[in-house]
Amino acid sequence: MPKFLIWIAALAALVALPHGLSFSQQEILVFLTINVLLVASYRLLTLTGEWSLAHVVIMGVGAYSSALLTKKLGVYVPVSMLLGGVIAALIAVLLSFPLFRMKGFYFLIGSFAAGEIIRLLWKRFRDPFGGAKGIKGIDPMPDFSIGFYKFDFFEPTSYYYFAGVIVAFCLWILWRIEKSPVGLTFHAVHWQDKLAQASGVNVRAYRTLAFAIASGFAGISGALLAHYVGTINPTAFDIDLMVFVLTWAIVGGTATFYGPILGCVVLTVLNEIVLRELGLEQMRPLVYGAIMILSILFLPSGLESIVQKLTKRRAAESAPERSPAE
Amino acid sequence: MLDLLAQTGLNAVYAASYISLVAVGLVLIFGVMGVINFAHGELFMAGAYAIVALYAGLNVPFFLAVAAGLLFVGCLGLLMERALFRPLKDNPLGGLVASIGFLMILQALAVMGFGVRMVHIPPVTQEVIAFSDKVRLPVARLYVIIAAIVLLSALWYFLKRTRFGWALRASAQDPEAAALQGISITQTARVAMFIGAGLAGIAGALTAPLVSVNPHMGHSVIVTAFIVIIVGGVGSLEGAIVASVAYALVHTFVTTFWDGVLADIVGLSLMLVVLIVKPTGLFGSADRA
Repeated sequence: MPKFLIWIAALAALVALPHGLSFSQQEILVFLTINVLLVASYRLLTLTGEWSLAHVVIMGVGAYSSALLTKKLGVYVPVSMLLGGVIAALIAVLLSFPLFRMKGFYFLIGSFAAGEIIRLLWKRFRDPFGGAKGIKGIDPMPDFSIGFYKFDFFEPTSYYYFAGVIVAFCLWILWRIEKSPVGLTFHAVHWQDKLAQASGVNVRAYRTLAFAIASGFAGISGALLAHYVGTINPTAFDIDLMVFVLTWAIVGGTATFYGPILGCVVLTVLNEIVLRELGLEQMRPLVYGAIMILSILFLPSGLESIVQKLTKRRAAESAPERSPAE
Repeated sequence: MLDLLAQTGLNAVYAASYISLVAVGLVLIFGVMGVINFAHGELFMAGAYAIVALYAGLNVPFFLAVAAGLLFVGCLGLLMERALFRPLKDNPLGGLVASIGFLMILQALAVMGFGVRMVHIPPVTQEVIAFSDKVRLPVARLYVIIAAIVLLSALWYFLKRTRFGWALRASAQDPEAAALQGISITQTARVAMFIGAGLAGIAGALTAPLVSVNPHMGHSVIVTAFIVIIVGGVGSLEGAIVASVAYALVHTFVTTFWDGVLADIVGLSLMLVVLIVKPTGLFGSADRA
């Protein structure tokens, strides 16, 4: 089958998807779409080899910025979402000065501390952040019509289409960045940082760049979330969600662009739909934790390794004359 | 004012005691296994629930229940070593994720066994040592302080003065060289996990009657322990103890004079400052980062 036909079939499936689901499942689908952007942006950050624990708080920076811009200054919602991303990227640049003095384990914990400080500041200062209760009544996306379809943003299906388009566009940019010379340099910074430095690459600058870009997209995903749920508070961006992002990335596998997304989709469907439908409310974390442990023990290179095995076998069958060196 | 200072100082000593027990266990595990045990706060929680089940539930004498809690959590540590950390030895991030999975399992088990609501435990003793009208030290807190001093001294003696302690430190420094000297890495790993988990468990058990026991109590404990081991320098037991005392002092005083959230912010900021000035922590070396 030609490649574009597969793409069209996938697109049609994505468009049709919400119509076969219940209301609560449609809502989960919206969150899933937003989380796909979050975890994909996280992968860009991990390209340079550093695992930040501040990514979810940075997402929150986007959410808080966009919410405050619309609420206090009356900025038009789509513009404020974009600005949310920009502000998240700027905060990341600021954080990079202390954080990139550290490496490995220290970076992990240092980024966690930096994130917690931001989160606690939201909690401590009621003006303008609303304290522990957060910000309520955030303006929703204004409704609009594109002729044959009217977007009503209190409907999860509408918001799913809207977020889907934005996320798809962002993913495309992230993909282009990864395949560009800059993205290749990110890889070099990870695997050969001494060599990269010796050949004139400013390792620190590239780490900062990856951190800023990843944070910008995380900020946009936060803004998408804020204008959907209408309420944000410091607890929404705590370490629990960060742990989930980390898990999605590792269980999915971080060697490919689609690995973390695969992890996010599979684990969310498993957790939210399968386990919830089974009515195992209290057992859910238990089963989820067990799945995490089993997958890390028996599938160390992630879900993507299964996909790769399958596609490689198919490629080998269809093109046996290719030399293995290729 | 002097009274308030003295009282806050006493509170800080109590806080330093249980924090150092938890943090030293975490450092020991990291040192020997090379893995960050995210489930360490839940080991603390497991120790507290041992008291809920045995002391509050079955009326077992308190100190017997604490001893049982220590053994139980130590065995949880052995289980983690065998089932998670040994198979994932060459995958540091894998060990981290596995310990997060284990954390979720322990939390879910606590919810299923005891409910989400916090449990209150009947006080072990109502006795209070009064230094003056306003400066008072509840005896239950004194137990925690004594336990910390005794256990940490015993650990120090074990690590610095016994052959097995040397072996443990050797395998923390250089596992391969230690193995070549005939030290069983598996054996030292088991002992380190048992002691490390047990220390968290006993801290949880002893403080259980003094705090509100709930399935999510491990969260703030692990955050505090992380701050402490980073400030002290990862892998340094002395550093962990010194940093526990320093952190407890700062945190308790800021909490008393301002508020708890600000105290958390100050604690985390201090940690960042230490990391910026000396990225390996106060007592840490550049190895094993």
